[in-house]
Amino acid sequence: MSNRLNLFLLLAVIVSAICVVSAQNKERLAFISLEQQQALTRKIEVKWGQLELEQSTWAVHSRIQAIATEKLHMKLPQSKDIQIVLAGKDGEQNPK
Amino acid sequence: MNMKTQVIRFPAWRSRMLLLLLLAGFFVLIGRSFFLQVINTKFLQAQGDSRIERVIQMPAHRGMITDRYGEPLAISTPVEDVAATPKDVRINPAQFNALKKVLGLSGQELREKLDAKKGFVYLKRQMPPEQAKAVKTLSIPGVFLQQEYKRFYPSGEMVAHVVGFTNINDVGQEGVELAYQKWLAGVPGSQLVIKDNRGHVIQDAATIKEPIQGHNLTLSIDRRLQYLAFRELAKGVEQSGATSGSVVVLNAKTGEILALANIPTFNPNNRKHMVAANTRDRAVTDSFEPGSVMKPFLISAALMAGKVTPHTLIQTAPGYWTVEGWPIHDADPQGLITVNQVVKFSSNVGASKIALMLKPQVMWQLYHSVGFGQVPDSGLPGEVAGDLRPWKDWRPINQATMAYGNGIAVSLLQLARAYTVFTNGGVLLPVSIIKRTDAPIGQRIISPKIASEIVHMLEMVTQPGGTASNVVIPGYRIAGKTGTAHQAINGSYSNNHYYASFVGFAPASNPRLIIAVTIHDPNASKGRYYGAEVAGPVFQGIMTDALRMLDIPPDDPAQLIAKPDGDDGPSTEHQGLSRRYHASIH
Repeated sequence: MSNRLNLFLLLAVIVSAICVVSAQNKERLAFISLEQQQALTRKIEVKWGQLELEQSTWAVHSRIQAIATEKLHMKLPQSKDIQIVLAGKDGEQNPK
Repeated sequence: MNMKTQVIRFPAWRSRMLLLLLLAGFFVLIGRSFFLQVINTKFLQAQGDSRIERVIQMPAHRGMITDRYGEPLAISTPVEDVAATPKDVRINPAQFNALKKVLGLSGQELREKLDAKKGFVYLKRQMPPEQAKAVKTLSIPGVFLQQEYKRFYPSGEMVAHVVGFTNINDVGQEGVELAYQKWLAGVPGSQLVIKDNRGHVIQDAATIKEPIQGHNLTLSIDRRLQYLAFRELAKGVEQSGATSGSVVVLNAKTGEILALANIPTFNPNNRKHMVAANTRDRAVTDSFEPGSVMKPFLISAALMAGKVTPHTLIQTAPGYWTVEGWPIHDADPQGLITVNQVVKFSSNVGASKIALMLKPQVMWQLYHSVGFGQVPDSGLPGEVAGDLRPWKDWRPINQATMAYGNGIAVSLLQLARAYTVFTNGGVLLPVSIIKRTDAPIGQRIISPKIASEIVHMLEMVTQPGGTASNVVIPGYRIAGKTGTAHQAINGSYSNNHYYASFVGFAPASNPRLIIAVTIHDPNASKGRYYGAEVAGPVFQGIMTDALRMLDIPPDDPAQLIAKPDGDDGPSTEHQGLSRRYHASIH
């Protein structure tokens, strides 16, 4: 009787030991992948910062204005070119 | 023959001896293991750990500074420092030449750095990552890369004074970079980890120091308006041949600083040829004698004291008078005019006469309560309080000249802020460089009735006959005040050095923007130095485009309403419409 119990306990100890080893291995693998993801996050954040910087450098107003006026020959309307159109009920009352 | 078994008898001590020796051996082993495990354990544990444990740095970057819509004004991005430990450097001539080329140093410079008797030298700081890669591929022993963050300012010189800049160690030196250093700065942390034989981190052993990432900061600046203000100011300073100029644009309802620009300026991304004086945020740190832009505050004090009404008549003929023997002149002499017209024509004689009706304390109280002589507390560094002398020291001539803004010094930011009293029905607002998330808590200075009377006077300034009749924006009602002051040089007023200013707001019926402009030392030999001629066009240029950009509807659209073909001028119905439209805006 006592022999059987001992045998059972021995088995249980061996199984538990293997489980510990396997769990630790899994933990390490998971940890490594976490590290990699965190490194990736940092890398993406850096990239985002660089893109943000690039975008705002391209979108500097003086550059936009220079392109609009020189390349595309656009200009701001003078106040004499601006007319306000009243819509709706008031608009219908405009004489034809 | 008997096999004689010879029994050799060893002496009994021999076996005991053997036993003793073996026992002694065991005791030595036990003693040794006791020594290692118990007495010497600390040293050995440390040795063991040092073979698997590593302390790694956890980087923290400086927070981003953005405008009110999240557009970046300052961003940190990683760059590489190339460094060396001179005693470890093993370099052959080919590598030396390649390294010199990548770093952009002369042979002698590089040689000196590598021969330095120091444990550590920087060969080159803040290289773009792509270039630094070339150094890595050379793989010279003793030469290595270190990551660092560098600050970039995409808007460059346009908003340089507000944002400021950091030094090479990422510490703020000017502007909000300085004022909000603690908030923006990141503190790198460190962590203890366990690495395997391939260098992978396999376990987080302990966090030695938690890294603190820098916080982002959202300013009240509107990048579009900032560009507009900068462009128009640069144009105004150039055309008038002035030495410097500043402009402040405030949200008339919240006191937020939407734009703040100074000329001359500097490029924060390349400070090699920077002139220190150009980094000064003149609108905030410099005070000047404002001139007639102060008159509305005097009139407010007089209206509040009940000494005058807008229609009280003041005798200003013949265009000059003397107080305590000092002459006071009008640039454009008038006769008997109303208080309204004193503002409209900017009469110094009229203003000084009104001032002398008041007790000094009453006038001082109003000037003080709208913020003159006190720091505006906007969040920008280096704010000046200006100079408002205590009323007990005032002589009548001081009081008379202070009526038209002489003998008092204010900063442009203070001046712009003081005008919030008129755009908010008599309530003074706090100014802020940080975007507001809550409604500002103002302070009532004058009654709504007096505020609207002053707005009416200020509107007359830009109407035909007023001193700023050239400042017109079709479709909008504009209120403002000009100021021209002689600069005090070596204690006396100069005849050809001026401050030309203009402070105004629009639309007058429901003000949204306050713009304050000052131009220092316009070239008087060109014949133009009056506030209306020099600072007025800058105001007009910024306000015209700003009203359009912010989609602020015209409050005087009569001239702008679409005319049907063949119709000469607005019909009566049109006028009726415009009145209705008008009413809906109010």
